[in-house]
Amino acid sequence: MNFISKTKADFKVVGTRVPRPDGVDKVTGRAMYGADITVPGMLTGLVLRSPHAHATIDKIDASKALALPGVKAVVTCDDLGVPEDASLRDVQDNCLARGKVLYHGHAVAGIAAIDMATAKKALKLIEVSYTPLPHVTDVDAAMADGAPVVQEGRADESVPAGSHPNVTTMQEFGHGDLDAGFAKADKIISRSFKTAATHQGYIEPHACLASVGTDGKADLWCCTQGQYFVRELCAGIMGMATSQLRVTASEIGGGFGGKTTVFIEPVALALSRKTGRPVKIVMTREDVFRATGPTCSSSIDVKIGMTNEGRITAADAQLRYQGGAFPCETVSMGAQSAFAAYDLDAVRTQGWNVLTNRPKEAAYRAPGAPMAIFAVESVVDELCQELGLDPLKTRLLNAADAGTKSSYGPTFDQIGLKATLQAALEHDHYRAPLGENQGRGISCGFWFNFGGNTCVSLNLNFDGTVGITEGNPDIGGSRAAISMMAAEELGIPYEKVRTIVADTNSLGHNDVTDGSRVTFAVGLATIEAARAAIRVMCERAAKVWGIDPDAVVWEDGCAKPSGPNAGAFDPMSIEEIAASASDTGGPIAGHYEVNAEGAGVSFGVHIADLEVDPETGHTQVLRYTVFQDAGKAVHPDYVEGQMQGGAVQGIGWALNEEYIYGEDGRLENAGFLDYRVPVASDLPSIDTVILEIPNPGHPYGVRGVGETPIVPPLAALANAASRAIGARMTELPMSPPKLLAAIMAKG
Amino acid sequence: MVQVVLTGAMRALAGGVETVEIEASTFKEVLDGLRAAHPALAPVIDRGVSLAVDGLVYRNSWFTPVKPDSEVVVMPYMKGG
Repeated sequence: MNFISKTKADFKVVGTRVPRPDGVDKVTGRAMYGADITVPGMLTGLVLRSPHAHATIDKIDASKALALPGVKAVVTCDDLGVPEDASLRDVQDNCLARGKVLYHGHAVAGIAAIDMATAKKALKLIEVSYTPLPHVTDVDAAMADGAPVVQEGRADESVPAGSHPNVTTMQEFGHGDLDAGFAKADKIISRSFKTAATHQGYIEPHACLASVGTDGKADLWCCTQGQYFVRELCAGIMGMATSQLRVTASEIGGGFGGKTTVFIEPVALALSRKTGRPVKIVMTREDVFRATGPTCSSSIDVKIGMTNEGRITAADAQLRYQGGAFPCETVSMGAQSAFAAYDLDAVRTQGWNVLTNRPKEAAYRAPGAPMAIFAVESVVDELCQELGLDPLKTRLLNAADAGTKSSYGPTFDQIGLKATLQAALEHDHYRAPLGENQGRGISCGFWFNFGGNTCVSLNLNFDGTVGITEGNPDIGGSRAAISMMAAEELGIPYEKVRTIVADTNSLGHNDVTDGSRVTFAVGLATIEAARAAIRVMCERAAKVWGIDPDAVVWEDGCAKPSGPNAGAFDPMSIEEIAASASDTGGPIAGHYEVNAEGAGVSFGVHIADLEVDPETGHTQVLRYTVFQDAGKAVHPDYVEGQMQGGAVQGIGWALNEEYIYGEDGRLENAGFLDYRVPVASDLPSIDTVILEIPNPGHPYGVRGVGETPIVPPLAALANAASRAIGARMTELPMSPPKLLAAIMAKG
Repeated sequence: MVQVVLTGAMRALAGGVETVEIEASTFKEVLDGLRAAHPALAPVIDRGVSLAVDGLVYRNSWFTPVKPDSEVVVMPYMKGG
């Protein structure tokens, strides 16, 4: 497959750094986020949450709360439906617990009152009788004999008989003869690793406003990464036809995968249906930490064999992920990603997903990959140290390339890993001197990238400007990128195009903003929608000129006659065609609907310099450079922003962020004071190097860029810290006590 | 006939075979053929799988053409963040 229709020299708009269309709104406070929506007669909703890690719900008595003046309704799981689909039922049971609470913070009941003060007072009057049960929050403990069973009967057909009931799925990937591979190695290293659960840490808490009419028609405004998926989930839970529920996405203050599901939306809808009034629910930060999805925590074993020259002969990994109290599939992505950067004759990964008494996992940027690649890249780094090899040259020696049979099955098409490694090798960062107590770490990263269902509508206004309607919330600059690709294809200035995000009833289905899909898939659909409009514009010009439409071409925003028999007509501009549209046949538009494929995988390489204070274990990131293949960077500012943002989130994951549970199974750090994300003063400027190896599956060569940059930082920082202190760090986060313990242990 | 490579949990469910030979010219025919050849795969396929055809990963797309010499790999359904 090769769709590429424009190469680097052809671009006029794509690749420039135009002003972002949402910039002024966001810095002036004009932008409307989830909590900014208000309507007349609105009630305030709150959610009662479990104080226990695991308990049966024996009785819920809301009579005292309902007797309080100003309280309009209380809802429990009995006010929602009972969907047949198991995954939908899990989403619903996570929104309002059914029979048992499965983690500290699990939602039990919702309340609607005339104001916040009344709602808070009433929440305390709901009496819930619990019988506490034994709990488990650690993944290895949850797999052990005798561990408390979180949910019975959730294992799928992949789980071997005799496994603990908390194991819900088991996956295996790989090829080749491992024993023969390890027999060829001069050095074999086996290590075990652990990573903590981390939260996506978006700035904006979840917020929604639901309004259900007496006729059954409903509207929902919310902060989400995918309004169509919200509609599908909520309609299923509420037993509604999707056509009767319109969902409008607000501006979004970050998602990173954490806003690809619902938590409060069905509760608000149920409260609104019961009261006949609009109901607004806004989560507190504490609610966000306790009850919305962090990523999985993990326990991983890795074994790699290498020759003295640095060639990997065999690689094997066992990955155990806990995704909270409901089944998830995240380990399969980790198991597939683990060795994707390498060209290997013998490789195996095995993965187990495990239930624990923790919040239901939600996707987090390249879900499953960062922890797997942390473990693998740590062992590769240690082998390089032990064998006296250059870590970048060793990775180049083993790097996957076009034609490599990947560790997860398919053979790679055109990929940019070697070019990315080469760019890192030649960068001055790699040769810069290091001081005492400082270390430099390297890591590769990988993500699959997706396409998916996409609809775009492009309308030509009568003044020759263009309006585009797309259906994915703008998280990483998609409105700018989409406008730029339309302008490029139409041959008009960027300023003449405006892109808006549609509600669910204004455009056909669009998949969630996930998998780094939007710039790729919506961009592809936009280009095709522009081409559809161009075909109409050429037909209109042909009619005016009285020539065959095939004799008209589109160049630089104008229809032009083409060929010896087309006639000598002056070019007809887009403004002229638009102005006469009413006379030549009516409004002009272009549409494109597709399940986009051909996204093209993405690789990145990070270099991190870290200093560790040997007295305190405190760390300081000194210098950080991200190298990544973007295929084609449509708006380089946004691409750099994705690379920097991913690196910063990964730095937090590596150094400080973790969910901390007490012996009682309660989360002890549900706030940004105790859950430490990196802030600007913690970080150096993150340098970026964008490579452009075109993706043959996109007309402009675009690849997704949003997820790959969170993958390498965990290992890059761990390798830097390990080299700085002279001891291998195998557990994240590398908080000061852990580093100090490692320093003390080595003596 | 197309050589279809099984990954993830599917290999074990198909009795440990790595490759299954299926008469198919599209994504959908590959899945239908797998269901018929190995009924134990049906629940996995029904929940959703991805298919890599000559290195490109498809999450759905029933009518994606598959040629006899195509490299076809059935993988777990991909999700992102």
